Amino acid sequence: MAATRELEVGDSAARSAQAMNELQDVRGDKMTLNMGPSHPATHGVLRLVLELDGEIISKADPEIGYLHRGDEKIAENMTYTQFIPYTDRLDYLAPLANNVAYALAVEKLLGIHDKLPERCQYIRVICCELARISAHLLGLGAFAMDVGAMTVFLHTFTEREKIYNLIEALTGARFTTTYTRIGGLSRDLPEGWTDELRQFNREVSVAIGEADKLLTRNKIFVDRTRDVGVISREEAIDFGLTGPNLRGSNVEYDLRKAHPYLVYDQLDFDVPYGEVGDCYDRYLVRMEEMRQSVSLLDQCLAKLPGGPVNVDDGKIVLPDKQKVLSSMEELIHQFMLVTQGQDAPAGEVYFGAENPKGELGFYIMSKGGGVPYRLKIRAPSFANLSILSHTLPGHMISDVVAILGSLDFVMGECDR
Amino acid sequence: MPSQPAPGRQQSPETRMSAKQLAKKLKQQFEEVVSEAAEFRGELTLEVSDASQIAEVCRFAKEAMGFDFLVDLTTIDNDDNAPRWTAVYHMYGYGHGCHLRLKTSVSEEASEFPTVSAVWRTANWHEREAYDMMGIRFAGHPDLRRILMWEGYPYYPLRKDFPLAGKPSEVPDVAFSDPAPLEGGPFVTVAGGGDSTAREPRVRNPEG
Repeated sequence: MAATRELEVGDSAARSAQAMNELQDVRGDKMTLNMGPSHPATHGVLRLVLELDGEIISKADPEIGYLHRGDEKIAENMTYTQFIPYTDRLDYLAPLANNVAYALAVEKLLGIHDKLPERCQYIRVICCELARISAHLLGLGAFAMDVGAMTVFLHTFTEREKIYNLIEALTGARFTTTYTRIGGLSRDLPEGWTDELRQFNREVSVAIGEADKLLTRNKIFVDRTRDVGVISREEAIDFGLTGPNLRGSNVEYDLRKAHPYLVYDQLDFDVPYGEVGDCYDRYLVRMEEMRQSVSLLDQCLAKLPGGPVNVDDGKIVLPDKQKVLSSMEELIHQFMLVTQGQDAPAGEVYFGAENPKGELGFYIMSKGGGVPYRLKIRAPSFANLSILSHTLPGHMISDVVAILGSLDFVMGECDR
Repeated sequence: MPSQPAPGRQQSPETRMSAKQLAKKLKQQFEEVVSEAAEFRGELTLEVSDASQIAEVCRFAKEAMGFDFLVDLTTIDNDDNAPRWTAVYHMYGYGHGCHLRLKTSVSEEASEFPTVSAVWRTANWHEREAYDMMGIRFAGHPDLRRILMWEGYPYYPLRKDFPLAGKPSEVPDVAFSDPAPLEGGPFVTVAGGGDSTAREPRVRNPEG
């Protein structure tokens, strides 16, 4: 009896098709990888929940808030001056710049922003630019280290140490500076400080050049960063990116140029911006910004005028201690300032300053008196990180560290 | 030279409009709901009387008036002054270089604004933060979860009736919170004039 039987051998094409099908099942399983909150590349306490398809990221969900301290709530419960130390702890890599931005916001509310003495304005610019160099040195060093270039980190940290010494001489603290006051500064420059700053300027220029030589044409560094994490101009604007991250994406926008505050309109500097919007462009922007900051410091030192550093108004700035002890009026001013704070008018202001990480803005809503009714901190790192879930998918997992490093965020101000 | 400047590119000074002209244009477009611009310290604020239209107003501001950058979105708790919630939108246009602030309010019963996350994608996180801190919902938001506090935290800490010291809470295996030790506190300060005794009643919310 003849019988036909089908054999399941098949040709080679069918066999490979079957093998593909079996593999498909394996590939169908996506893996979830938890990165952070304590991971060296997340620079603090950022946590990324990554969904992986092999080595490719298919979904990224940034989890923030591990450093949330309720700064905005705290601000509603104290006078304007009492909040200055809290601004140190926002972007803790550039506390001086935060102090300046906050003081300028409150001064705008009080209506004294155009009455600041020239010397105060120049010193504040020096503070901002020193903070910018310090923040970018760390940002670059850590970025380079994340993609495998350890040496740069050591070079930039040597220079940061000098900045900390300068800041210590200036403010009495290395880290938590609390240097500005509403309407002025806590103290004038110490004797001989400008000479030390000039010396530092010469040294840091050399160090920036060294970092430049180590990285800019380094094949490994370029391969890891070029065309990685590309953010188009439209995306950067839509996601509210600011600072070097925005400029890296080909938007020529710098608050110091577009809406000059302090004496930035009297100083000569360029705004570098990138073309492609990849990690490499963001790196180049920061590199050039440091050089511009060094030039700004030199210009400020050359132009630094004499005179007072505080607004001449007993209702805003604490009076001279000698006068407090000898004159009734100053004694009353001191008492009122300490117990009630500056008497702000009712109204609302927003002031944004170009900080190292981007636009740090303070929105103050006042119902009058010495305490804000609502104080909102517009933190640049918060907006800069919100693009991660959009940019990361499609990248290899090893690109995550490069992208995070190039975005250069600080969780202290992101979480507030 | 293209006639229409690309997004993010600065317009020439001749074609630029001032913030006041832009505010006027927005007022003309939404005659019934947008108020006259109020100026304080050189900043313009427009009140939108009907919160349900804020998304359309924002979309028009972005698409027809070049406000391509939402600088900030925040909310205010007006406490006992109804309506309880106010949302504040800070807009900026890279083309014309002008800032404009929009404000709109809803009652405590509604506690909901239309989302603008479809207009500017940066609003996504800002609205999540507003939801997290104030407990205000944003209708149509694609992903309205807590962002700074953890999932399951029962309170909204930026509300005026939430004590500064915090409240105890516990989500098993996730996180817990205890009131902060404030010596003699909670020091709840009331905004406004008056001396420090009037401003700092030691316990404003006795049930704390």
